[in-house]
Amino acid sequence: MTLDSKIPAGRLEDKWTSYQAKSHLINPANKKKLNILVVGSGLAGAGAAATLAELGYQVQCFCYQDSPRRAHSVAAQGGINAAKNYQHDGDSVWRMFYDTLKGGDFRSREANTYRLAELSAPLIDHFVQQGVPFAREYGGVLANRSFGGVQVQRTFYARGQTGQQLLLAAYSQLSKMIRAKKVAMFARHEVLDIVVIQGKAKGVIARDLATGEIKRFAADAVVLATGGYSRVFRLSTLAIGCNGSAIWKAHKRGAYFAAPSFTQIHPTALPQTSESQSKLTLMSESLRNDGRIWVPKKKDDNRQAKDIPEEERDYYLERRYPSFGNLAPRDIASRAAKERIDAGYGVGQLKNAVYLDFKHAINKLGKDVIQDKYGNLFSMYEKITGINAYEEPMKISPAAHFSMGGLWVDYELMTSIPGLYAIGECNYSDHGANRLGANSLLQTSIDGYFILPNTINNYLEGELKETRPDVNHPEFVKVEDEVKSQIGKILAINGHRTTDDFHRELGKVMWQECAMSRNKKGLEKAILQIKEIKDAFWKEVKVTGHDNEMNPELEKALRLADFIELAILMCTDALERNESCGAHFREEYQTEDGEAMRNDEDYKYVSVWEYDAGDFKLHKEVLEFEYVQPTVRSYK
Amino acid sequence: MKITFKIWRQEGANSEGSFKTYDIDGLTEDMSFLEALDHLNERLVLKGEKVVAFDHDCREGICGQCGVFINGRAHGPHDHMTTCQLHMRSFKDGETIVVEPYRAGAFPVVKDLVVDRTAFDRIIEQGAYITAKTGTAAEANAILIPKEVADNSMDVAACIGCGACVATCKNASAALFTSAKINHLNKLPQGQPEAHRRLVGMTDQMAIENFGSCTFTAACEVECPAEISISSIAEMNARYVKAKLFG
Ligand SMILES: Cc1cc2nc3c(=O)[nH]c(=O)nc-3n(C[C@H](O)[C@H](O)[C@H](O)COP(=O)(O)OP(=O)(O)OC[C@H]3O[C@@H](n4cnc5c(N)ncnc54)[C@H](O)[C@@H]3O)c2cc1C
Ligand code: FES
Repeated sequence: MTLDSKIPAGRLEDKWTSYQAKSHLINPANKKKLNILVVGSGLAGAGAAATLAELGYQVQCFCYQDSPRRAHSVAAQGGINAAKNYQHDGDSVWRMFYDTLKGGDFRSREANTYRLAELSAPLIDHFVQQGVPFAREYGGVLANRSFGGVQVQRTFYARGQTGQQLLLAAYSQLSKMIRAKKVAMFARHEVLDIVVIQGKAKGVIARDLATGEIKRFAADAVVLATGGYSRVFRLSTLAIGCNGSAIWKAHKRGAYFAAPSFTQIHPTALPQTSESQSKLTLMSESLRNDGRIWVPKKKDDNRQAKDIPEEERDYYLERRYPSFGNLAPRDIASRAAKERIDAGYGVGQLKNAVYLDFKHAINKLGKDVIQDKYGNLFSMYEKITGINAYEEPMKISPAAHFSMGGLWVDYELMTSIPGLYAIGECNYSDHGANRLGANSLLQTSIDGYFILPNTINNYLEGELKETRPDVNHPEFVKVEDEVKSQIGKILAINGHRTTDDFHRELGKVMWQECAMSRNKKGLEKAILQIKEIKDAFWKEVKVTGHDNEMNPELEKALRLADFIELAILMCTDALERNESCGAHFREEYQTEDGEAMRNDEDYKYVSVWEYDAGDFKLHKEVLEFEYVQPTVRSYK
Repeated sequence: MKITFKIWRQEGANSEGSFKTYDIDGLTEDMSFLEALDHLNERLVLKGEKVVAFDHDCREGICGQCGVFINGRAHGPHDHMTTCQLHMRSFKDGETIVVEPYRAGAFPVVKDLVVDRTAFDRIIEQGAYITAKTGTAAEANAILIPKEVADNSMDVAACIGCGACVATCKNASAALFTSAKINHLNKLPQGQPEAHRRLVGMTDQMAIENFGSCTFTAACEVECPAEISISSIAEMNARYVKAKLFG
């Protein structure tokens, strides 16, 4: 199969408009006959399900939590970007497009990235209409702040709970369509496989997590909106249930996986304090607007932060990147922290943290202003650590956070399996090798609300004349049997190690070799180690309880089985890319002062992987830059 | 740290439940309460027993999925804190901790510590939205909203839907939850056209779902992780009276 990105012809500024003008329409009477499955109820899934239902399609929507309102979009704190130029600070669609493309280190498509910027302003209009209580100025207009990697203020926010407020708006709209009986919601249902019939996606197999029942769902198209897979590292800022299972199963059924190793390590999370830790809590990047990051100039300095005088502090981001300072993009800020920590300047119990200090901001602006902006983050910090950050600096550390990589999609957000779409964080679309802060809520939302509802017609129009898919088709029986046999197999092993034990082992390998900095030797070793983990898992894991009941241990094991396989692909991908770009930093390819060395001559493509009976075959989507010349990405 | 957990075990909605006692060693003060349960569950697996089922997801106090009764209090010993934010440093070495599911008629037990809170979703379905289709919005700054109004709306919009308010209320009332959502939207200009329908639809659904009525004991606001004040309930009631009197 060749990779057709389906980028519309014409000027960059006109592509989306002309696409919409030319794409097929389906009349309302026919839409009613068509059934769409939306897997996921985050911003991408809920937005898509509600909008598709408003347009007249029959929708079934799934999430593994007990309510769609709990999808992990809820946890986003900092904000959402839009090129409104409300601050009159020189922002524009073009500038936002450029910032995003550059932020991604020129590893995404111009056309997609431009569309992201173009649809950002109408998205804010949409959310305001839906009643999102965004922060306001005294005059009643919307307020903004800035986020890493840009020099304008284009981020909209609702205190430190922007994701929550956007998700609840999407959930409300979804609820409206559930009440109208246009969406059937299946909460506590986990999709475990995709059914492909004659090359087209026609349904899914899901497990009812409350009863253990395995169910078949047939449809004319399937939309995956299952979020990020950073739990492959085990410790991450993601929710415990976040998984890669649906996209991994789709991959094994033929959907190509793009840039799996592009994962973002966030610079400002709370440091790990013990082995038993289950997650790392994010401290919003917005804190870097007013907080200054530093470590002591002296190695192994055991003094308390407040006892270290100004001249003995190393504000290393301000020192290395004077024009962006504390607002340097995430990959750069994370790597800089790792560099200081590895060199022995880390602070805290395990010497694995750096300081984020608000002293100067409080002195300058007053405690009230800081409290108004970040109050809930400070109180969250205190709940977890017992420390009052108005009095002493926060201790922060890098943590796995976001997957730029995901299922390969074309301009219409369709995967390489016709009828199977991937939207939101689970696809690879706009962020390239590094995502800018506050661009993900944007991408997930426009995928679901604005793009998919326009592009899916183009495919469904052709499906109208087909017979409606049926759950009694032999392929459904076959896939269901495969799912059941995998469950049976896991339960039958009855080994001597817990799922968590394997997950900790996998996480350590991935964090060591496939996170902030990577090298050939380490990746080769990691692949071997993960294969051993896989073998051991299938021989030694112990899962108690049964398949026909609520069984959280079984859920965990099924997710981990898929993570292990995905981890091998991630390392394979990182190994293949002999350059440093964005979040992908290969130690062999760096400048003398430790900056990333991109290689456009040989690697100006998206790595697109095909599953091939346990092996992976590489395809290349070469990126054409017609409007912007890739430059060295400098934030100095 | 060593802890004795007395945990409610119940196979399913229609089975009888009972407390089981587990002595567990090797905990640390830095562990979160849910990590202590993880630790217990790993031990149970190795002994060949079924794990304790409990709800959780984000583990950072925002998704609202976690929530159990700990020593007789929803979300444990602290005010305004979710179960997932609770750490073992809040307990003493050697202590016995009693853990049970939320008890409320409208929240039936699914298994062990897991309850069914879908009644909340059905309240939301009765009007917690603004009826406007995607793609029909006007320019955002065309609606000016004073900062105080946006801030007040945000104060109540912060509800995480965990259900602690119901679980802790002697009447099992959902008034705090329902009022928070109604007030979030009804305070804003965008929410005005449907304000009345929303108010009536959502409060009626509260009764249909068998939540009790509010007698202003204020127990809920103490537990609420989002610190929503019971003045929100008073505001809802005032709106209700006004709506009934003036239509
Ligand atoms: C702590 C944190 C803070 C963040 N802050 C910001 C920010 O300030 N700004 C910003 O722009 N971005 C931020 N992000 C990133 C952003 O929040 C996410 O990328 C985005 O919300 C993802 O949305 P989504 O709809 O793709 O996925 P999610 O919201 O994760 O939703 C996934 C959905 O899929 C369902 N699901 C998953 N697997 C299955 C399965 N197998 N079967 C059935 N259902 C399934 C889940 O139940 C859920 O409903 C943050 C991320 C984190 C983790
Ligand atoms: S697990 Fe999300 S609030 Fe506790």
